[in-house]
Amino acid sequence: MLKIENLHARVEGREILKGLSLSVDAGEVHAIMGPNGAGKSTLGNVLAGRDGYEVTAGSVTYNDIDLLSLAPEARAAAGVFLAFQYPVEIPGVNNTYFLRAALNAQRKVRGESELDSMQFLKLVREKLKVMHISDELLHRAVNAGFSGGEKKRNEIFQMAVLQPQLAILDETDSGLDIDALKQVAEGVNALRSPARSFLMITHYQRLLDYVVPDFVHVLADGRIVESGDKSLALKLEEHGYAGIGESHPAGAAA
Amino acid sequence: MSGTSTETKVTRRDNAEVVEALGRGYAAGFVTDIETDYLPPGLSEDIVRQLSALKGEPPWMTEWRLGAYRHWLTMPTPDWARLRIDPIDYQAISYYAAPKAKPKSLAEVDPALLETYEKLGIPLHERAALAGVAVDAVFDSVSVGTTFRKQLAEAGVLFCSMSEAIREYPELVRKYLGSVVPTGDNFFAALNSAVFSDGSFVFIPKGVRCPMELSTYFRINAQNTGQFERTLIVAEEGSHVSYLEGCTAPRRDENQLHAAVVELVALEKAQIKYSTVQNWYPGDENGVGGIYNFVTKRGDCRGDDSKISWTQVETGSAITWKYPSVVLRGDRSVGEFHSVALTHHHQQADTGTKMIHLGRHTKSKIVSKGISAGRSSNSYRGLVKMEKGAEGARNYTQCDSLLIGKRCGAHTFPYMEVKNPTAIVEHEATTSKISDDQMFYCRSRGIREEDAVSMIVDGFCKQVFKELPMEFAVEAKKLLEVSLEGAVG
Repeated sequence: MLKIENLHARVEGREILKGLSLSVDAGEVHAIMGPNGAGKSTLGNVLAGRDGYEVTAGSVTYNDIDLLSLAPEARAAAGVFLAFQYPVEIPGVNNTYFLRAALNAQRKVRGESELDSMQFLKLVREKLKVMHISDELLHRAVNAGFSGGEKKRNEIFQMAVLQPQLAILDETDSGLDIDALKQVAEGVNALRSPARSFLMITHYQRLLDYVVPDFVHVLADGRIVESGDKSLALKLEEHGYAGIGESHPAGAAA
Repeated sequence: MSGTSTETKVTRRDNAEVVEALGRGYAAGFVTDIETDYLPPGLSEDIVRQLSALKGEPPWMTEWRLGAYRHWLTMPTPDWARLRIDPIDYQAISYYAAPKAKPKSLAEVDPALLETYEKLGIPLHERAALAGVAVDAVFDSVSVGTTFRKQLAEAGVLFCSMSEAIREYPELVRKYLGSVVPTGDNFFAALNSAVFSDGSFVFIPKGVRCPMELSTYFRINAQNTGQFERTLIVAEEGSHVSYLEGCTAPRRDENQLHAAVVELVALEKAQIKYSTVQNWYPGDENGVGGIYNFVTKRGDCRGDDSKISWTQVETGSAITWKYPSVVLRGDRSVGEFHSVALTHHHQQADTGTKMIHLGRHTKSKIVSKGISAGRSSNSYRGLVKMEKGAEGARNYTQCDSLLIGKRCGAHTFPYMEVKNPTAIVEHEATTSKISDDQMFYCRSRGIREEDAVSMIVDGFCKQVFKELPMEFAVEAKKLLEVSLEGAVG
């Protein structure tokens, strides 16, 4: 489904990704772990198409298309979803309205019929049940005045409604207390399916206790330096990033 | 309609078509080629007399105009607004232009004129009304206007053009005209008083709730003319009325002058809601042409417990100079001002409000949303005045500016004068930009760039849009979208 080969990317003139390669098949959950500054969030942003992230070499193939040639909105329509580390507030824009506009924009590109408000409401009700999101959150402006946990749950809720094929979760666990973490994990697990793949970018392994990955990769200094199964995450937890891979950044935090 | 003629019509909130037409590009920027009666350019006592005579006005009206004209001659052009204005040659403007033929039925209406209305998307029955045909003389099947007129008459509501009112209801006009905005109030109000060509007159008798939205639609067509309309709305004790106005003008390279006066009078427990969607031609992207919009709008909460509320969406005009105000004379009276002012390219807006608190426990609320794009300049200018007698009066002001791009400007000039120690004045102001983060967030969810901008702008304006009648709000949103085309990316 997703094939990243020798990816090099710069941000503000500085090379962050230095030859990253990764292959993800349908239905798989991959965890990307690594110290601060290794390039984890850069990977998510490059895949979603954020401005200011310049790809200097390499390729990203997604369902046989050149993902990097698409605008961010086209990637979304093609089924790529990025759950933001810091979800953005849009004052005055109703959360439900935003989500319906997003879903219908994607459906339109895919040549599917747009959902009217009744159909959309029905869909939202179904998804609400799994997400632990109160109705009240839907009527507020997008992320405006949401707590950290509410923002992250809202991202997962959006994912549930948009039904992407490739979901990239950028530090979705950061800043969550244990109850919120469990709820978010439950939401993610409910969305696991043979047709959907996940890239979970995380700093800590605790999320992986709740969302068990098929593969764990360690990203250090812009490259995948080690790959394994869940046990790799536990090893990291024990020994820190310092003992991983042949080239690791100096002063990496555990 | 052509020239400075102004027609009134009644609709049950079915202006949507008009405003939608206004929204497409500058879709209203066409010129209708019909024969027009002009007064020669220039302004003098003689011109004022001729104008008054052309309109068949009584001597008191002519004298009123002359008084205003003489006062105007003594006044300097105001220069305190944050606007760059090329000097206006008042002798180069024609102060009266009207279509030559006065039609009796739709069949006699100049086809070119009807085509204009069609381009604007105005339904047929309304086109007839705008063309100045007595609506009851038109097709039965579409004479919705007739029903409205009948309904209004049954309720005792008077709604007609100002010219008609001067002829038909001289007592009412004499009593109220100039009672809120005196002839010598300011430079442009004095000019308007001297040369106003038409406008609307509304009178809601005691205790009547006007059964429908009233609306006026203004359009400037003829070249080298000014438009000077005058609107007067009187709501007697306990009455309610909601009034909408929409405006357009053709694309022209030269600047055209528009100087209107609107006066509202609310007696005890009366409520007036006045909504404007202004889309005069803003000039091109290089700042050539466009309407100079100098408007004096003022409401007088004359009676206790009365309420006047202004809502405006201003997207047009090269220059906007406009401060819809409320004089809170009656005890416990309420004044409101909700405004969205959008400027793009080289447009300049200096707009805001004045809330003059005279009565006890009077309340006012100001919500101003300024959006600047391109190289435009957008200023909020407001005055909140608590006079000595304004015991326990309150004001809340919220002033938000949204910047799109790096070359535009937003300015806020809030003035406060508080002479009563028990009065409370609150002011909040914010300035923000559409951030790259917001744009990327929307796009990463599948929303296209331009849709994201209009969504964010719409969210920014929400507080004001919810004050508009619903269909108007939908159209106002569309208007903003079109006005912002090319503002991002």
